[in-house]
Amino acid sequence: MDSQWVIDAQGLEKSYGSGASRFDALKGVSVQIAPGETLAIVGKSGSGKSTLMHLLALLDEPDEGTLQVAGRDAKSLSKCAVNGLRNKEFGFVFQQFFLTPNVSVLDNVILPLKIAGMGGKERRKRGMEVLEQLELADKAGNKATTLSGGQKQRVVIGRALVNAPRVIFADEPTGNLDTATGAVVEDILFELNRSQGITLVIVTHDEDLAARCDRQIYIRDGLVVSQTTSTHTGLTHTGAHALVTPEALSTAGGAE
Amino acid sequence: MRTKDLVATAISNTFRSKLRTTLTVLAIFVGAFTLTLTNAVGAGVSQYVDAQVGALGAPDVFIITQASDATTAGDGPVKYNAGSSASVSSQQGPPGTTTKALTDTDLTKIADTAGIVSVDPIRSVQPDYIEYGTGTQYEFSINATSAVTTADLTAGAQLDGSASEAQLVLPDTFVTPLGFASADDAVGASVSIGITDILGEQHTVNATIVGVSLESLLAAGAGANDALIAELADAQSGGIETAVTSYGVAVAHFDKALSADAVTALKADLATEGYTANTIEDQLGAVQTVINGIVGVLNAFAVIALIAAAFGIINTLLMSVQERTREIGLMKAMGMSGGKVYTLFSLEAIVIGFLGSAIGAGVAIGLGSALSAVLSQGLLSGLPGLNILLFEPTSVAFVILLVMLIAFLSGTLPAQRAAKQNPIESLRYE
Repeated sequence: MDSQWVIDAQGLEKSYGSGASRFDALKGVSVQIAPGETLAIVGKSGSGKSTLMHLLALLDEPDEGTLQVAGRDAKSLSKCAVNGLRNKEFGFVFQQFFLTPNVSVLDNVILPLKIAGMGGKERRKRGMEVLEQLELADKAGNKATTLSGGQKQRVVIGRALVNAPRVIFADEPTGNLDTATGAVVEDILFELNRSQGITLVIVTHDEDLAARCDRQIYIRDGLVVSQTTSTHTGLTHTGAHALVTPEALSTAGGAE
Repeated sequence: MRTKDLVATAISNTFRSKLRTTLTVLAIFVGAFTLTLTNAVGAGVSQYVDAQVGALGAPDVFIITQASDATTAGDGPVKYNAGSSASVSSQQGPPGTTTKALTDTDLTKIADTAGIVSVDPIRSVQPDYIEYGTGTQYEFSINATSAVTTADLTAGAQLDGSASEAQLVLPDTFVTPLGFASADDAVGASVSIGITDILGEQHTVNATIVGVSLESLLAAGAGANDALIAELADAQSGGIETAVTSYGVAVAHFDKALSADAVTALKADLATEGYTANTIEDQLGAVQTVINGIVGVLNAFAVIALIAAAFGIINTLLMSVQERTREIGLMKAMGMSGGKVYTLFSLEAIVIGFLGSAIGAGVAIGLGSALSAVLSQGLLSGLPGLNILLFEPTSVAFVILLVMLIAFLSGTLPAQRAAKQNPIESLRYE
């Protein structure tokens, strides 16, 4: 089942506004994301890369084209099912942290579990596990506003990770961080992909970060201009499945 | 999201912006405080009136007068008719109107009406004084309708209409001057009442005190049963048949078994014959209507304050939605449904409403009870038994629920805005 957990987009089109102010953000983009791979969506600002990520993450609906998640057409899914999907299977990391100020680090991290309706004790336990994994356990009770930038981004990753998602969507995850902190955050993300088989979809304009991914899609003016596959890991994106161990899959599957 | 978590989140969100919440709560506080107080005044005065007049006089009694005269300006004088033009107008009508008196013929006609058991004219007697033993004599008056009403007693029992013994219910202000140690002491004592007849000769009538009543707003004077009134009237007439055959008011007993509809029908029957029949309840109703009207106006002011406060809630929540755009977008991106977002903001409105109304009602009860106690000792000591502010748990609960409802309705617009927010728009970086 997990090997079928593919996001398959065909001919996605999306435009904003109408008439003279009409802006075609995407003009027919097809992309497939296999479980366990790391994909970089690369492009300049305004290229449509963020729009593509929003469509892939079911945050928005395409005007044209089809999107299938795990074999099911996204259009056929109810609102509730889409919410459930985003809540349980997806994690989000944004360039800005969007942490709730005046609320503790732990409470920020467990927000998705709270939305999912998990019990108080259980979600605190799971939240602490994630914070320990990210070496932030000692900050659990601190207010989110008291942390440094790198710590905040780690909290954000913790929040994306807490529901044990299959896919983490990261929109410019290091855009707001200095090089050293950014590198640490990147390491954490790729480590999660390696150890837990979590699929990574990273939107970036940073070539170095893109190069660390298995596969890169270059977008310009709403169209895919080129696709490359990294060989530095000695794996093509099709080979990425082999990296996912059965144990890692059962961990990821625990999100159900 | 679980309901428990939603409520907890709403409460903690409410306290996130303390100053803003405090100010909004204050606005609601004013409205809830006023509404609680005006309701309490209404309840207090109503209860007093019930005890005073009501004390629910005999439920099977009509007070009957001639229907208001048809003579109106422009009709010219009415021709005299020995049969129908009663000699005197009574003092029973409202000021500025004349009410024709009832004659013996009228009484017979009323008595013959189906459903009426008996009819008695109200005879007014003017005693000169009351005296206990050989003590001081005090000026004294008797309430002509006391036989059909129930007194607000502090001691003893009500008058017995069928007793042959002359009975008196003494206002409690007379207890000490007449030389009794207490109200209970007065019960059972025999007093003498002085009355002057039409020839100028003074007579004394003895009566037994059966009860002591609180002074009443609406029925001044002592209560006397039929036997005492008859005895006094006889004394007053000086044994001469004065041929007084007209009365301002008559009291008719109707069948106790009659239903409310039958009573209304009976009233209509009497009206077609030219009589106005009112039960004690009707007369009480008139007073209650006035009081309810006053309380209604006061309540309207309180509600206006609440409506002003409602705009405060809308404003507060709209600002809150604006400020928390990102947070709402994030929650929606993480799979929170629009309905839950709506519920969250509505709950925040309700929490604000509850805080304002609970504090408002609480302070109103505290201050009002103290004020009521002070007033009943001071300014209102002349109205014994009046508890000007009566806080009924149901009406306080109603005020709190009403304010929470208003708060919920005010929260609708901001909550809808939050629920409709597009997560992508909310999460834009610029």
